[in-house]
Amino acid sequence: MEGRTTHTYGTAILSAFEYLLENYPRVFVIGQGLWSPWYVGSSMTDLDKKFGVERIIDTPVSESACTGAAVGAALAGMMPIVVHPRMDFMLYATDAVVNQAAKWSHMVGGQAHPGVTIRAIINRGGEQGAQHSQALHSWFAHVPGLRVVMPATVADARDLLVASVLCKDPVMYIDDRWLYDQTDDLPPIVESDLRLEGPKCLAEGTQLSIVAAGHATRLALDARDELARQGYSAEVIDVRVLNPFDPERIVQSVLKTGRLLVVDGGWRNSGFSAEILASVVERVSPNAMKIPARRITLPDAPAPTSRVLEKAYYPTSDTVARSALDMLSRS
Amino acid sequence: MGGNDKLVTLGGLADPLFFSAPIDTGEVQFEMLRRYLNSMLRIRLAERRLAEARRDGLVGGPVHLGVGQEAIAVGVSAALRNSDRVFGGHRSHSHVLALGSNVHGLFAEVLGKETGLSRGMGGSMHLWDQPRGFYGSVPIVAGTVPLAVGAGIAAKLQNSGDVAVAYFGDGAVEEGVVHESLNLARVSRAPVLFVVENNLFASHMHISLRQPSDSTARFALANNIPHHVVDGNDVVAVAAAAQALVSGARRGEGPGFLEAVTFRWYGHVDWREDIDVGVHRSLEELNDWRRRDPVRRLEEGMVAAGCWSADQTVELTEQINSEISVAWEQALADPYPDPEAILDRVYAAAGG
Repeated sequence: MEGRTTHTYGTAILSAFEYLLENYPRVFVIGQGLWSPWYVGSSMTDLDKKFGVERIIDTPVSESACTGAAVGAALAGMMPIVVHPRMDFMLYATDAVVNQAAKWSHMVGGQAHPGVTIRAIINRGGEQGAQHSQALHSWFAHVPGLRVVMPATVADARDLLVASVLCKDPVMYIDDRWLYDQTDDLPPIVESDLRLEGPKCLAEGTQLSIVAAGHATRLALDARDELARQGYSAEVIDVRVLNPFDPERIVQSVLKTGRLLVVDGGWRNSGFSAEILASVVERVSPNAMKIPARRITLPDAPAPTSRVLEKAYYPTSDTVARSALDMLSRS
Repeated sequence: MGGNDKLVTLGGLADPLFFSAPIDTGEVQFEMLRRYLNSMLRIRLAERRLAEARRDGLVGGPVHLGVGQEAIAVGVSAALRNSDRVFGGHRSHSHVLALGSNVHGLFAEVLGKETGLSRGMGGSMHLWDQPRGFYGSVPIVAGTVPLAVGAGIAAKLQNSGDVAVAYFGDGAVEEGVVHESLNLARVSRAPVLFVVENNLFASHMHISLRQPSDSTARFALANNIPHHVVDGNDVVAVAAAAQALVSGARRGEGPGFLEAVTFRWYGHVDWREDIDVGVHRSLEELNDWRRRDPVRRLEEGMVAAGCWSADQTVELTEQINSEISVAWEQALADPYPDPEAILDRVYAAAGG
């Protein structure tokens, strides 16, 4: 189609960076590996060459100071993006994110807002082990004042990054290396207001609502195709924005289908999957449910290393389809 | 090779029996000295009022008082302008007042009132007055140090010639992020002034029980950052050192590090002297440090220079005290924030 560009999820992120750096002089990027961005797939290639090392700042091995610096630069009028090539290492920066960025507006009476974007990449599998694997979106979505977004589609990979950086509030943008090879044809960028973004229906259906975020949404979409082949109609709702969380679109879907399956790439206990379930329980009468809701999550264990154990650890689209079929066949 | 041969130590700067004479006002103009004295007295009397109010139960939350340390904020602020970016910690009343914030705004904030510096949302430990250059203070020890580095990086990107200031204490240098921040500021040549108010205590514990040297400037040395170590109770010395380091930062020479040695007269928090809970904190030592009083030494230095009299101090004290009383009564009468503020101030109201 005219005006459309073919992107992978990775190059979609790159195009968002380029758009922001070209159009907003206050944007700069800080993080480890930015002058040799082999850590981050195709998502940041040559930004330093195009926009200069003053604005694309490769840093010492200091997640905490660099994230704090991005928060401080935001307070000083910049629009910083701090990049954490792997979310696990970002835990060193938790104070800057949770104690400083997320609370700043409230603590100072709404008179200043650190509009920093914290890009946290989920990068797992490939026998990388327990500290190269974590999806900690649930932790951060728990913190008021921190907006948390998880793009599942190629379009959102680009457009939610643009919206995050344009937002005045601190935003954690969580992308997933397992999604980088997806492709789509995207129209030119249209800026959107992150405050108006929320859960979205990616595929309509009538018999089952599958709700997911990030890579889990991909699993849900693939499972939906399998269900369709077997004659069932499932609806897929992509959460997209985990905090502040607006469950309205999810509730609408469940009221229509009477069946809810939640898929989450994080752990089960106190995880975001529980928030989705709770938000439906609070709003939908048990009488409207044809079968109790279910969720698919990681087992409550750190990620294993060996490939055999990894295979057992991570849910697949087949896991989702089997659970969905079981729900549909029982009700 | 003796491992300790090169270890920087404070020597006499940490000994209250030294540096208790009237300060040498040197070439400093009378008008500037009068401003220093006015600002330091204002900070001291405001904090005295808060100490009494906390003791009497009128202040609900903790107050970390810096009585005895006034010269540092006043000396540093003399080198600053409104467009600079200053960050503080839990003991920051002096930092914000020295930049010219009004006492009423501070009092109202400590009382949790809508008219406070942070609109009643922060209290004593979260002060904000960005129009005067005070970007904010937080009680997470060292929490704002990297933020100041970022504000300095921003100033460099903005080509503004502004500097960022991080105030922190000798306890904060035991936090890892301070070392990351010193390193990051140095390699990015960020215009940041690191100000260590070394009062020798972190909460109850003396620095000799926490660090192998009592001088934190060794970390500036380790990061190749220009530094000065001064008597923090000598406002003229603090101002001169701050001016030299800030000028360098404005010229693009990168960060500076100022270690100002001082002592707090109150305990870690609230109005008590904490003689009983301090490790290595005796009444005798406290009394010795009171003889290194930064306010009295400045006053006596001005008298010695022939531009001031003890009567004028009495008059100035009365004048400031009456302003403080008005501010306090006003703050007590001011309204609290509406309950809607709890949710309304979490996120920015306007997009864009």
